Amino acid sequence: MSAVPAIVVTGPGTNRDPDAVLALELAGAAPQVVTAAELIARPELLTSSRLALVAGGFSYGDSLGAGRMLALDLELGLGDALRDFVARGRPLIGICNGFQVLTRTGLLPGALGHNLDGRFDCRWVELDPVPDSRCVWTHGLDQAVHCPIAHGEGRYVHPDPGALAAAGQIALRYRGPNPNGSVDHVAGVCDASGRVLGLMPHPENHVVARQHPRHDRGVDPVAHLGLHLFRNGVLAAGET
Amino acid sequence: MVGARHRLTISSIDPDPRATAISSAAAQLGVEIGHVEVSDIVFALGALSDEHLAALESLLVEPLLQTSTWETPGPEARHAIEITLLPGVTDAGATTLLTAAERLHVPLDGAATGRRIIFAAGTDPELAEEVVRRVVANPIIERWGPAPVEPPTLDDTARTTTAVTVPMRGLSATELGALGELRSLALDPEELLAVQAHFEAEGRDPTDVELETIAQTWSEHCAHKTFRAALTTDDGIDRPPMLVALRDCTDTIAAPFVRSAFVGNAGIVSYRDGITVALKAETHNHPSAVEPFGGANTGVGGVIRDVLGAAHRPVAVTDVLCFGPPDISLADVPDGSLHPRRIREGVIDGVADYGNKIGLPTVAGAILYDPGFTTNPLVFAGCIGVAAERDPHDGPGVGDRVVVLGGRTGRDGIRGATFSSLTMDATTGTVAGASVQIGDPITEKLLIDVLVGAEHLYSAITDCGAGGLSSAVGEMAEGVGADVELDLVPLKYAGLEPWEIWLSEAQERMVVAVPTGSLAELQARCDAAGVEMSDIGHFTGDQRLVVRSSGRTVLDLRTDFLHDGRPQRQMTAEMPTPSRTATGRTVDDPRAVLLALLAHRNIASKAGTIHRYDHEIGGATLVRPLVGVEGDAPADGVLLAAPLEAQGLAIGIGVNPWYGLHDPEAMARAVVDEAIRNVVAVGADPDRVSLLDNFSWGDPRRPSTLGELVAAVDGCCAGAAAHAAPFVSGKDSLNNEYTGSDGRRHAVPPTLVITAVAHHPDVERRITPVLRRPGNVLVLLGATAEEFAGSHLDLVLGEPDHPGIVPQSDPTAPVRYRRLHRVMMGGLVEACHDVSEGGLAVALAEMCIAGRLGVRVEVLPHPDLAVALFAESTGRFLLEVAPGDLPLLEDVLDDAIVVLGEVTDEPILSIAGLAPIDVSELVDAFTSHGAHP
Repeated sequence: MSAVPAIVVTGPGTNRDPDAVLALELAGAAPQVVTAAELIARPELLTSSRLALVAGGFSYGDSLGAGRMLALDLELGLGDALRDFVARGRPLIGICNGFQVLTRTGLLPGALGHNLDGRFDCRWVELDPVPDSRCVWTHGLDQAVHCPIAHGEGRYVHPDPGALAAAGQIALRYRGPNPNGSVDHVAGVCDASGRVLGLMPHPENHVVARQHPRHDRGVDPVAHLGLHLFRNGVLAAGET
Repeated sequence: MVGARHRLTISSIDPDPRATAISSAAAQLGVEIGHVEVSDIVFALGALSDEHLAALESLLVEPLLQTSTWETPGPEARHAIEITLLPGVTDAGATTLLTAAERLHVPLDGAATGRRIIFAAGTDPELAEEVVRRVVANPIIERWGPAPVEPPTLDDTARTTTAVTVPMRGLSATELGALGELRSLALDPEELLAVQAHFEAEGRDPTDVELETIAQTWSEHCAHKTFRAALTTDDGIDRPPMLVALRDCTDTIAAPFVRSAFVGNAGIVSYRDGITVALKAETHNHPSAVEPFGGANTGVGGVIRDVLGAAHRPVAVTDVLCFGPPDISLADVPDGSLHPRRIREGVIDGVADYGNKIGLPTVAGAILYDPGFTTNPLVFAGCIGVAAERDPHDGPGVGDRVVVLGGRTGRDGIRGATFSSLTMDATTGTVAGASVQIGDPITEKLLIDVLVGAEHLYSAITDCGAGGLSSAVGEMAEGVGADVELDLVPLKYAGLEPWEIWLSEAQERMVVAVPTGSLAELQARCDAAGVEMSDIGHFTGDQRLVVRSSGRTVLDLRTDFLHDGRPQRQMTAEMPTPSRTATGRTVDDPRAVLLALLAHRNIASKAGTIHRYDHEIGGATLVRPLVGVEGDAPADGVLLAAPLEAQGLAIGIGVNPWYGLHDPEAMARAVVDEAIRNVVAVGADPDRVSLLDNFSWGDPRRPSTLGELVAAVDGCCAGAAAHAAPFVSGKDSLNNEYTGSDGRRHAVPPTLVITAVAHHPDVERRITPVLRRPGNVLVLLGATAEEFAGSHLDLVLGEPDHPGIVPQSDPTAPVRYRRLHRVMMGGLVEACHDVSEGGLAVALAEMCIAGRLGVRVEVLPHPDLAVALFAESTGRFLLEVAPGDLPLLEDVLDDAIVVLGEVTDEPILSIAGLAPIDVSELVDAFTSHGAHP
């Protein structure tokens, strides 16, 4: 099977795009990094892709609030093109700043506020995939995903987390201590179709076993890779 | 409605963490203020309809998180203070809002942001003001008052914007001195005379642009005149300048991997086939003292630009921070200084903000506390970059364009170079405002995007740091000449005088020399990244630096005068006479002392800081600053390797000002050894180590202070030569002194930071201090001696009258490190920890914490218990080895090794002569300062 064409969308200040590119490559996609401005000028870059990823970082320096300016760019510049992309069943993922962007565009429910303690926090966390979630990215994962978080505004809020859970839209929850005060320990949510995932942690930083701080200390080096999420996404893209 | 001013107040629905931070910061300073609330204010200027306002509000306010009102809050029972930026200080939120308004077709004429602090009903307004002044706002960049405040406006249209001539010819020496004081030139009397003689020969007086340019170029910060000075020691011996000594040392070592040492923005070494590494560390002490966030922030930004200015792609950041004691009472902080807690908070935030936003992992570092850093915090920032090997840029060529890339120029950081070359006094905080730069990591990130991959488009590159364009263009023009037009420099706002444009230290700017044929391609790259590019002149070939403004020539100097016209300083050094007699220590309760050492702020966990730095981005941080089964134990060196790379880069840091107080020469040797030990401990190749030196010292015009510096340079050279590890770059920050309103002089302890960067041949063979297997044996490598001066034992127990000697260097260490590397690459070492501050006892405890396993020590390396456990003798490692591998290990090492005992399943540290200590008790002591040490 030829590699799935994918785009990694960035804004000024996005900085984890190289990490996302490596993750997608290892998962079998052929990713291309595209700035929002380029994407707006050449919307065919989106339509010719079968998977899209909005990468992490600090687009516009988080000035005026995390993700708000890049969301504005995508809303004004792409209009319905991003919604059409999703409507055609193509998988979309927003990581960290990308998650913040997708909630602001309304493609994902809820919002992300400052961490409960007000501080940026970088540490490894364990994420439990929610078994009955409709999310294609976490489909079939039966082991916790281990990867780092690195954010200051990752506290997920939603007016009705119970309804979100009932709809199968909670994809990942923090196992153990809640690192940022997210409601119901939510680390990642998907849209009603299950093909759009947003998450604060960085599975793209656990794509080879040696990246795990304890991979040689009894942690199964393969079971907990973040790479599994990307493999699922690429698989879902291949079905479209 | 024309030009109406609108004001949106935005409040968090859930408790705002900034409010809690204010209450607790005030409480830490002994001020109880009770409940506080924080809101954001956005000022919008323009003829805006309700629809316009609604569009802005929907952008600015997330209804799930925030509430908002366009009403100006009226007087209420609760006292509120509002804070805005000072006019002219970069307001990122306002700039972004203007961009957003354009996209939304909202006719916004101007914008500003601010904060509103609301105190509990009944709070004394004076107390509220004090809290804002002490823990919230900074008068260097902000202003505040009882609510409501007006947005800042900048009206400088009335300012003179022409260069003025400064009469200088014919002035007496005294009058010259007064001129130097008046303009804060920070030049020596001989230097002022040289300037005067130059203009007398030219038959004219200098312009202010020329005078300021010379002052910057000849400043201690830029010219390193102490390190270049001719030295005579107090016993009458002439010595080469210190910079020459360091360079000679590197030349003598003649390491085959050095590509470029002590020239340009950063040192460059070969990494592996076809790849080079650039490394640099800088200080940003004075700016961090007056505006901790901005100072540290731009310190990181500056050193990243140094690596960019060596045509390498930055990959990692390091930081070493020195603060005063955080528990000092407010009354003991001298006038004009910020409280150490405030400085620490701001500095750490500043480092985190820049590194996190620009997207580089902040991976290695140290935090030290000493009363000597109370008014002079030290901020060392380092950066490492990689590049494909290429011929060095050999420009600028005659006819190449002078091109400025990046941020716009404003009145920020005027006279930073001379500021950092002056001793601070109690008024520094009020007069130094314009010396503080404001960082913008996103603009610098975009600069990286433009410049990485553009190496073929320019013939020379440098960053705009201290001295701004005057320094960047001036250095590039050396021996070539340049002609530039200041009217072409893009400004943040109108009203800058020519010398201000020329000297501004506005951040995030790079200067490149571009052949005309490459301009279009570079412009296209800039357009794609959204980076501003300005062609402001050309390199001439006539060896004159010429600057024009509004049709006038405001500077016209021969480049040889600018760069070589400074008379060499003649300085006398009074060499230190350290004790050479060892003295011992009596420790009544070694168990309690070990726990006290683990809880000492210098040794205790730095997790609260490390977790605020993104040290994971790039996925290349293989050995992190924190290691162990619980991720809470300190590593020695950190190890970086891109996810699919087999080889890596190890980074180690050595610093110990307490040794420096007793014996600067031995200190330098010890910290060179420590930095190298750190990288060797993680498995890096001792034959492939490069070093950086960073000196933060007091006023070198005091002969004894200079003598300590000279001794430290001697120690650096001796250490580097012994290990055959060359220095490739360095930086000195002198005049780290403070004259309090009490009239007394306060100097920093002699602080030398050594950064070691080394090649790791096989990252699968990386080694950490994490104990692995019960039944393995624990081995101490290296000799332990009665060396206690400057030790952490003395910091905990108090220093005796005769402290004795600081740890001496071990001449057998270099051979030992190479043999150790062989056994490591052979897979014989399961864990390794460097023995340093706190001695063997602390190293054992840290390994137990890392592995959550115990150790039973039955044999000690010295008959005296205090020496065995707490001496900080150099050249030592603790190794965990499988028992069966011991004979082979001993055979290869062929060295004095001590088999101390074994690793135990039971998590207890048991040392002969001490009551056993549960590992959980070690952890408690180590983390006793909480999450934010």
